Amino acid sequence: MLRIDNLTKRYKTGDTALKSVDLEIPRGQVLALIGPSGAGKSTLIRCVNRLVEPTEGKVSLDGLELTTLGTGELRRARRRMGMIFQEYALVERLSVMENVLSGRLGYVSFWRSFTRRFPQEDVTEAYRLLERVGLDHMADKRADELSGGQRQRVGICRALIQDPALLLVDEPTASLDPKTSRQIMRLICELCAERDLAAIINIHDVLLAQMFARRIVGLQLGEIVYDGDPDGLTADKLTLIYGEEDWEATIEKVDDEDDESSVEAELEAAL
Amino acid sequence: MSAKQQGELKVWQRRTPIQHWLNWAGWFIAVAIFVYCWQLVSDKTVWMFVWDAPSQASDMASRMVPPKWSYMSSLWRPVWDTINIATLGTMMAVVMAFPVAFLAARNTTPSVRFVRPVALFIIVSSRSINSLLWALMLVSIIGPGILAGVIAIGLRSIGFCAKLLYEAIEEIDESQVEAIVATGASGTQILNFGIVPQILPAFAGISVFRWDINIRESTVLGLVGAGGIGLQLNASINTVSWTQVSVILLVILATVIVSEWVSARVRHAII
Repeated sequence: MLRIDNLTKRYKTGDTALKSVDLEIPRGQVLALIGPSGAGKSTLIRCVNRLVEPTEGKVSLDGLELTTLGTGELRRARRRMGMIFQEYALVERLSVMENVLSGRLGYVSFWRSFTRRFPQEDVTEAYRLLERVGLDHMADKRADELSGGQRQRVGICRALIQDPALLLVDEPTASLDPKTSRQIMRLICELCAERDLAAIINIHDVLLAQMFARRIVGLQLGEIVYDGDPDGLTADKLTLIYGEEDWEATIEKVDDEDDESSVEAELEAAL
Repeated sequence: MSAKQQGELKVWQRRTPIQHWLNWAGWFIAVAIFVYCWQLVSDKTVWMFVWDAPSQASDMASRMVPPKWSYMSSLWRPVWDTINIATLGTMMAVVMAFPVAFLAARNTTPSVRFVRPVALFIIVSSRSINSLLWALMLVSIIGPGILAGVIAIGLRSIGFCAKLLYEAIEEIDESQVEAIVATGASGTQILNFGIVPQILPAFAGISVFRWDINIRESTVLGLVGAGGIGLQLNASINTVSWTQVSVILLVILATVIVSEWVSARVRHAII
């Protein structure tokens, strides 16, 4: 469904963030993109919805070539790609409801959005989504009154109300505690399964990636160095992605995957 | 910063010896310039007039008391005019400063090379001319009266408000804007949902702050015939009625104290 061909990004400073990356993601697949800081994970997903303009290469969504679209067409294409951010990126001074409804901006006219008279279907859907993530009683709170986990749930609602085909998720758990991180990852994966959504999830945490994603792609210095199952991620592969380190502890935890409480305990101990 | 090896010890000093001497020389030159300037001023002052300043001042003070309180009855109207000049002038300035600020801010201007310099020029030219000078020109263009005062205050304040506002716009959190862009929102929707909520507190604070300054500025506009309490002040000084002058100065003091109190309360309520 999403097809990335020969994608290259060079920044004006001369840094090459991505070196001819090829990637294909079928409908409904949740993919975790792992790699060290500066490997180009954020650049990759931002090149898909063109928050960052790719230098070379093609990105197509359901056969629609995204890299050559004009402004208006790009806006229409962006409606089909929901994005979730590391620091939540909610508009702090707007209410939770306004933040969720801002996901519909691509569908409503300026005047309707300016006067906050969104169509009733959108409002109904917003309440349904907030209820799904357990925040329906918070609709009129201001976004900056919420805790980190709650904000990320609102961020998820904002992405889902776009009715997207693809979720672009940038470090969803980097600002959250271990327990909330797992809850948020589980929520994203459940919602993707419910709606048959594809997702690219950037994540540092190898353990979380292995627990929740069925496919893992490892990026190192702008190149894909691993693409496969979570189980195939051996110490050698991790060294290839991140560099030399003792990976035994990380790999042991994968074996305990079904036994959640012990993973939790080890996580706590690791911190 | 300089580290020096003295046998076993590593000695740290804030400056290297050269920096130390340069620092000393800098201070020496500054003091020398001050002494020289002081001498220039002293040579051009007729000290005879200065020596009797205390007796002149006490003489004027004695002629100012007791304030002629009965004069108050003819001051209510000019005080009301003064407040109106400040308020209407500020409103006019705020309405015009809003678009100018968006054109001047680096992250929202349509063109850094062509539009931004024009906006900056508007800001600089408005700020470089004192409101008393604006009033002087406007009185000769549109005649004496309150209207000239309102426009003078307005023109002077555009630059002030626009400058502070564009600095606020340049300091917004870009990730919130990015999130709105990613939903497929149009340019005006991005402004309305992503940028305006972030600068609203600054905008309100700046407006109230400028209103507070304008109350003070509009008290002197009458000196050049642009309405307000300055007209009475000018007339009283010309007729050497010092007891009336003291009433006017007390009224101005009271008005300014009230306006400061109001603006402090309003700013506190908003932020």
